[in-house]
Amino acid sequence: MASSIRVRATSNGDITEVQALIQHPMDTGLVKNPAGELIPAHYIQQLKFEWNGKDVFVADWGTAVSKDPYVKFSFKGAKKGDEIKISWTDNKGGSDTTTAKIA
Amino acid sequence: MKTRTSLLLGSLSAALVAFALTSPRVVAADKVDPVADAKAFQNFFFQKFPDVKHEDFVNGPYSMNADLKRQWQEKEEFPPYEFALDAGKEMFSTPFKNGKTYADCFPNGGIGIRQNYPYFDEKDGKVVTLELALNRCREANGEPPYSYVKDEMASLTAYMAFTSRGKPMDIKIPDDPRALEAFENGKRYFYTRRGQLNFSCASCHVQSPGERIRAEILAPALGILNAMPIYRSEWSGMGTTSRRFVTCNSQTRAVPLEPQSDEYRDVEYYLSYVANGLPISGPGARP
Amino acid sequence: MKRSLPLAMLLALCLAPNARAANEADYKAAFAAAEAASKEATGLRNQWTVTVQALTAAKKAADGGDFDRATAAAKEAEALAKASIFQANTEKEAWKAMEIR
Repeated sequence: MASSIRVRATSNGDITEVQALIQHPMDTGLVKNPAGELIPAHYIQQLKFEWNGKDVFVADWGTAVSKDPYVKFSFKGAKKGDEIKISWTDNKGGSDTTTAKIA
Repeated sequence: MKTRTSLLLGSLSAALVAFALTSPRVVAADKVDPVADAKAFQNFFFQKFPDVKHEDFVNGPYSMNADLKRQWQEKEEFPPYEFALDAGKEMFSTPFKNGKTYADCFPNGGIGIRQNYPYFDEKDGKVVTLELALNRCREANGEPPYSYVKDEMASLTAYMAFTSRGKPMDIKIPDDPRALEAFENGKRYFYTRRGQLNFSCASCHVQSPGERIRAEILAPALGILNAMPIYRSEWSGMGTTSRRFVTCNSQTRAVPLEPQSDEYRDVEYYLSYVANGLPISGPGARP
Repeated sequence: MKRSLPLAMLLALCLAPNARAANEADYKAAFAAAEAASKEATGLRNQWTVTVQALTAAKKAADGGDFDRATAAAKEAEALAKASIFQANTEKEAWKAMEIR
């Protein structure tokens, strides 16, 4: 099955810029379906970007983050060709992980 | 009750004022002249916004606000419509139960043709939009039609728009009185005030592009369909031209018509034709 | 001075709005008128969402036995429907004022 994580990491000298788009419903638990029943909360609780065994970006999320979240950040120290690992876990026990090479 | 009465009175007096302000000039409206209409339409926007490049109008509110544009350009590296686009590509190539595909229904296998829609079907005597053509293709091959406003229809039209990105809008009006009438109907629909709020499409998109309605920056009417279908943050998802027409109606407190009603098809025909020459930018992302 | 007082009272009574509570018959009449106007608006393909809401509110109030509110809502629905009919008819010509030429 295709990964839920689309990621692009580009190196610019010492700085690496990372963008990621994650496919996830991020349901708040407050919305009703057409039948009038509440759609249970289903959201990413933790999102992690790792490089060289270190966490370079960790996000603790809740229901305030919208559907299909997009994240962009930069960090220092990595170089072209290095690998970063992206993983997330959600409140229903779901998870996904992928790796990407810094271009 | 008091506010409602005053709102009612307000809408009544607004309608009266609009009527009173109608200039009494006699216009030779006997001959429908789409070429002249399109020229006047485009010139109006080119002159109103001389600093906006002609092809930039298809980017809607982003052509009206530099900061909004910068944020949008950043997001275009990882656009929110990406998932729908991929789904659309897969759907498009998946055969129906009878073995045929969408490619069998469209010229050039359905690739790079979005800019020709809508077109006037002289056999039918009506305007055919891309969404309508897709559902007709499904039904002709024994498949149930999709909802016109989102999901699969949005994914399919997203893919087809993507294959036409950059191509100039190229709508034809045949020398057929019914086609000219459809164009004129669409034009009339566009300028007619509706709903309790008494807005026409023109109230926002001709009189006030670049200005705000609540927190939104209004898009110019020129090229407003070129980016369809769109991922709209407000919807947290994709929506088609049909979806936008329906929601726009209800936003003016008018009861929407059925998707792909004659009026909607005609106004899509009109708006697409007057944008001829401007590039297809779909699928799009909007606030 | 004394003569004008009963005259003034008479005038006041005639001009005063109907002070008695609405009954089911009043509601039915008002609702029928509202529905007729609403149908005409729909026929012109120019129905307003607020008209539909007022009609629904009228029916709901009537079902609950509150004929005062039901009649008021029905009258409002009729007024809204008539305004939308007026809008549809005037816009037949008025739209040209907005057209880019």
